[in-house]
Amino acid sequence: MNTAPIKVGISDLNVVRSPGALMTYALGSCVGICLYDRINKVAGLSHIMLPSSTASHGPAQPYRFADTAAGILVQKMIAIGANKRLLTAKIAGGARMFATGSNSALSNIGQRNVMAVHEALAKLGIPIIAEDTGKDYGRTLYFSAEDGIMVIKSAKCGESKW
Amino acid sequence: MPLQNYDDLNDMHIDVLREIGNIGSGNAASSLAMLLSDTIDISVPTVRILDYEQVMEELGGPEQMVVGELLCLEGDVEGMIMFLLHENFANQVLQALLGEDAPTAANLDEISGSALQEVANIMAASYVNAISGMTGFTIDITVPSMCVDMLGAVLSVPAIHYANISDKMIFIEDKFSGKDLNAPNHILLIPDVDSLEKIMTSLGIEL
Repeated sequence: MNTAPIKVGISDLNVVRSPGALMTYALGSCVGICLYDRINKVAGLSHIMLPSSTASHGPAQPYRFADTAAGILVQKMIAIGANKRLLTAKIAGGARMFATGSNSALSNIGQRNVMAVHEALAKLGIPIIAEDTGKDYGRTLYFSAEDGIMVIKSAKCGESKW
Repeated sequence: MPLQNYDDLNDMHIDVLREIGNIGSGNAASSLAMLLSDTIDISVPTVRILDYEQVMEELGGPEQMVVGELLCLEGDVEGMIMFLLHENFANQVLQALLGEDAPTAANLDEISGSALQEVANIMAASYVNAISGMTGFTIDITVPSMCVDMLGAVLSVPAIHYANISDKMIFIEDKFSGKDLNAPNHILLIPDVDSLEKIMTSLGIEL
């Protein structure tokens, strides 16, 4: 794999076919959703920021929310040749960066994001086969369409493969 | 017209925020000078309204290691203050406070961690006092919580909290220089939009 991975920003998503790869920098309390079709070798990555679009009063931005982004990611993968029934998921992020005692809405947001991603994927019938979530550190994520391996790099724990 | 989000701020509003940044930075320099028993000079701070992506570019990209300290504002003005201390700045402060053998920001222990929290506390009070002094409002700040991690991950916390309101924040860059201290220091001031409106109204500025 010599091609540079496609960067996915915060509140963004993208899809790629093998031998391409996707990456996103420094997931904190956000969650990275990696979907993979092993037979057709199609990968998708979404970097969500918030659990639900229904609680939002601001301008609609469907890539920002777990409940809306997951479905869009699946559609985009189907459009480049993935089969929905073959999709599996790996997820990472949702850390609690600051241990703030006084503001629980703030300190639980990572956990709420992870739960929302679980719900959204369950609704779509996509099983989660690997998960590196929670704890208290940021993660940079790489996801290869060649083999579906998710690599997590962090300042605290180095590099791990999922 | 009431303020909906940071995009509604006009030049005059931004001038007010700049003045808060100026006074706050001046206060912060005096506080730091007392804390470090040093003469601290400060160049004119820059105050800008930036979005998250721009803040990340300004500070060296999403994977840059920073010391992030987060405090919440409570009382008449609500919101957040976040300090982003470059590793160099944090290390210089630690050495000035704890001596040559002080741990670096990458290996904080309990004492050095508390020392950096105290610095954040004193500096946050400097900015909050600038707002109180101008408006007469009572503002409390919470105990700082701290993490040392990648900039992108640290910034995700205020980004998420304010995602439904705005992508913008007030970004203040201070350049302090003293005998032991010579590094820039960055502060994100993120008052809730309602509070921003209260500040402007109390100063007699039209929205």
